[in-house]
Amino acid sequence: MTQKITHTDDLIACHGCDALYRVQMPEHGQRAICSRCHTVLVAPRRRAGMTIVMLSLGVVILVFGALWFPFLEISRSGFHNSATLIDSALAFTDGPLLILSLSVAAFIILIPLMRVMLILYVLWPVVFDRPPNKSAATAFRLAEALRPWSMAEIFAIGCAVALVKVADLAQIGFGPAFYMFAALVVIIAVQDNQMCRWSIWQSLDETDRQA
Amino acid sequence: MSGRPQPVEGRLTAREAGLVGCRRCSKVWPLDTQLCGRCGATLRSRDTTSISRVWAWWVLGVAAYIPANLYPMLRTQTLVETQEATIVGGAIELMQHGSYGIAIVILVASVLIPVAKFLCIAFLAMSSQSATPVSASARQQLYEIVEYVGRWSMIDVFVVAILASLVQLDYAATVNPGPASLSFALSVIFTMLSAQAFDSRIIWDGIERSTPHAPRDPQPTEGSPTP
Repeated sequence: MTQKITHTDDLIACHGCDALYRVQMPEHGQRAICSRCHTVLVAPRRRAGMTIVMLSLGVVILVFGALWFPFLEISRSGFHNSATLIDSALAFTDGPLLILSLSVAAFIILIPLMRVMLILYVLWPVVFDRPPNKSAATAFRLAEALRPWSMAEIFAIGCAVALVKVADLAQIGFGPAFYMFAALVVIIAVQDNQMCRWSIWQSLDETDRQA
Repeated sequence: MSGRPQPVEGRLTAREAGLVGCRRCSKVWPLDTQLCGRCGATLRSRDTTSISRVWAWWVLGVAAYIPANLYPMLRTQTLVETQEATIVGGAIELMQHGSYGIAIVILVASVLIPVAKFLCIAFLAMSSQSATPVSASARQQLYEIVEYVGRWSMIDVFVVAILASLVQLDYAATVNPGPASLSFALSVIFTMLSAQAFDSRIIWDGIERSTPHAPRDPQPTEGSPTP
């Protein structure tokens, strides 16, 4: 049984089409692609771990900043109002719409924040050459499962649409949180781009065995 | 250019080699392994419940999409009037104001994409059970597009949230969310779950069955995993 497992150690199965390959680590910046269904299998980046950790720290700081300051400001014929991110997230208040409020808050704030915190928890020890945290595998699995539900960038485009919609109704101004949120969206995109899932799993596996 | 990973024995799937690949971390295990030893995911060589779960979420998604179009999405009150706008109604109104760009964004995100997604997922599910003239790689591409694009339909819900929190100017102008916002959000979530339930490896199995089973340029690989 153990012999069989050591055999499979250098194999990789495409998660798109199940094709079987021998692992050949591509050079930094290059990608190994499944020749049948063109799914990216391995895409290592130079010093990716450190980059991701730094970007994640940036995301955490920006999220808290974006929560604190007003997001958008509006005025019309003497009336004035400003909304924070939390206001937007909790806009649906009456009855069954409250469920929607909670999920919007999760999609744009909680889930993006949780994802970077989980990734920090997973990668911090790896980057600083320590044995991985005890539940690193569970944490990274959760972070991956949350990925499609992290919708900060969609919310950002939503802002643009909303602005145009209200433009003829009232006057609009951006609060400081808006710029923080815009920076956040860019950072999350770069971070995602740097992350090679296979390399992270591999590093968790290897450091595990040494310990 | 991209590195080429070395296919095992011409071209073999993990299943044909008596192995199972983890869909989460790509590690390969013997076929009877239950849990991935690296990432802890449940291992299934092929997800046999996949198609029924796809259809279950799909039906819920379509069902939620109908009230999303019938009920108002936004209720706008100004000094002079109160307006209720459905998704399509709101877009038409924007066009009358001359903002064609935004109207198109909304129509694409909340009408074209959801409807196209329903059709694509239904096609993928049906074609994995019966023969189809569409090639496997085209279907794989279609699946990836559906998975990538699905989340973007949430944009309309977010727009409503932003407007409703921002435009609260007493008598001058108030915007409140309508019931359609909830059913639209549910429809998007159900459709995303439907797409996630689909096991794309099924797309390729059909191809393997229909072509005569001869691996291309078989070259003996040392330490081959075949039993």
